[in-house]
Amino acid sequence: MKNHYTATAKSLHWVMAVLIIGLLALGFYMQDLPLSPEKLKLYSWHKWAGVTAFLLVLVRLAWRAGHRPPPLPASMPKPLQLAAHGGHLALYGLMLAMPLSGWLMSSAKGFQTVWFGLLPIPDLLAKDKALGDLLQNVHATLAVLFVLILVGHVAAALKHHFIDRDDILTRMLPARPTEN
Amino acid sequence: MKHALSTLALLAALSPLSAGAVEYNQVLPAKSSVAFTYQQMGVAVDGQFRKFSGQLSFDPAKPTAARVSFDVELASVDTGAPEGDAEVAGKPWFNTAAFPVARFVSSGVKALGGNRYEVPGKLTIKGRTQDVIVPATFTAQGASGVFEGAFTLRRADFAIGEGSWAKFDIVANDVRLKFRIAASGK
Ligand code: HEM
Repeated sequence: MKNHYTATAKSLHWVMAVLIIGLLALGFYMQDLPLSPEKLKLYSWHKWAGVTAFLLVLVRLAWRAGHRPPPLPASMPKPLQLAAHGGHLALYGLMLAMPLSGWLMSSAKGFQTVWFGLLPIPDLLAKDKALGDLLQNVHATLAVLFVLILVGHVAAALKHHFIDRDDILTRMLPARPTEN
Repeated sequence: MKHALSTLALLAALSPLSAGAVEYNQVLPAKSSVAFTYQQMGVAVDGQFRKFSGQLSFDPAKPTAARVSFDVELASVDTGAPEGDAEVAGKPWFNTAAFPVARFVSSGVKALGGNRYEVPGKLTIKGRTQDVIVPATFTAQGASGVFEGAFTLRRADFAIGEGSWAKFDIVANDVRLKFRIAASGK
């Protein structure tokens, strides 16, 4: 059994890691700012980056469908293996649900998303204030959940590396020999 | 001859325009709207004013004698976001505490043929007055008539959005105003 990820899988993983941590930080930061041109600019950037993350996760899922990741170490107890799979499933779910809820929220609030100011993304919902506020709550709640699961994800990777001393972390790092 | 006369009478009855004596002078706020569209980083956002009033006299038979003055209560703005409504009432934008209304006063009416007109006049917002030409169409609908039109104004001409908002990279200078004013006649 091959024990490494493809270079594509690694690239997608790390590009999305940076993008999503940035989106979470920007999202929490910008939403508290008083209204200003700066705030509107950050909102636009957040939406552009969010749509980019959505496209990337679609590419990632398509790649994942054709390339199975290396198996977890046989030494790992079954319940932990289940937890790992469940956690990864939740991460994929959130990678889809975060941008989708953002897109729906923006539609319902009547602020269309124009990707990088150039490509208008169709509004999926008609303007509806109550629905917009509800979706804002959904987006914010999912964001908190995302942070919690990411903390768990990172903690698990570090535990594998420093406590279990297996290659779970290193096999996702770019430095290892790779195969496309 | 008799037949021709009755045809005329029928036409007159059917067409409020030919009545001649109808003068539209009562704005019907519930059937009217004053909306606008602005661009925010390339994204078109719609807003409107909820409160406005006007005095007008318009006789379709003598359009050039028409007069209109129209007031918009700026604090009634709906920018599309509650946060925005509070913001634009403030000093850098409308400064509604000092300048509560925007006023348009016509200086004449030009008939362009058909039901199309041009209404030149003075638009005053935030203590600044500009000459504008407002295009409008008029459609009689039963006992009332509807004026519709749209024109673009530049917010900077009226110092709407000062200070950090004065640049146009985030909120564009052009604001498209769209109105639909229904009036009843006497
Ligand atoms: C992986 C993708 C995304 C992540 C991780 C993310 C994260 C966040 C976070 C953490 C917040 C602050 C939540 C709060 O506490 O209120 C936020 C707010 C927001 N997000 Fe996202 N977001 C993503 C995608 C999107 C997309 C695609 C859009 C729109 C097209 C979007 C639009 C917004 C808007 C408009 C707000 C501000 C809500 C408000 O305060 O009115 N987001 N996002």
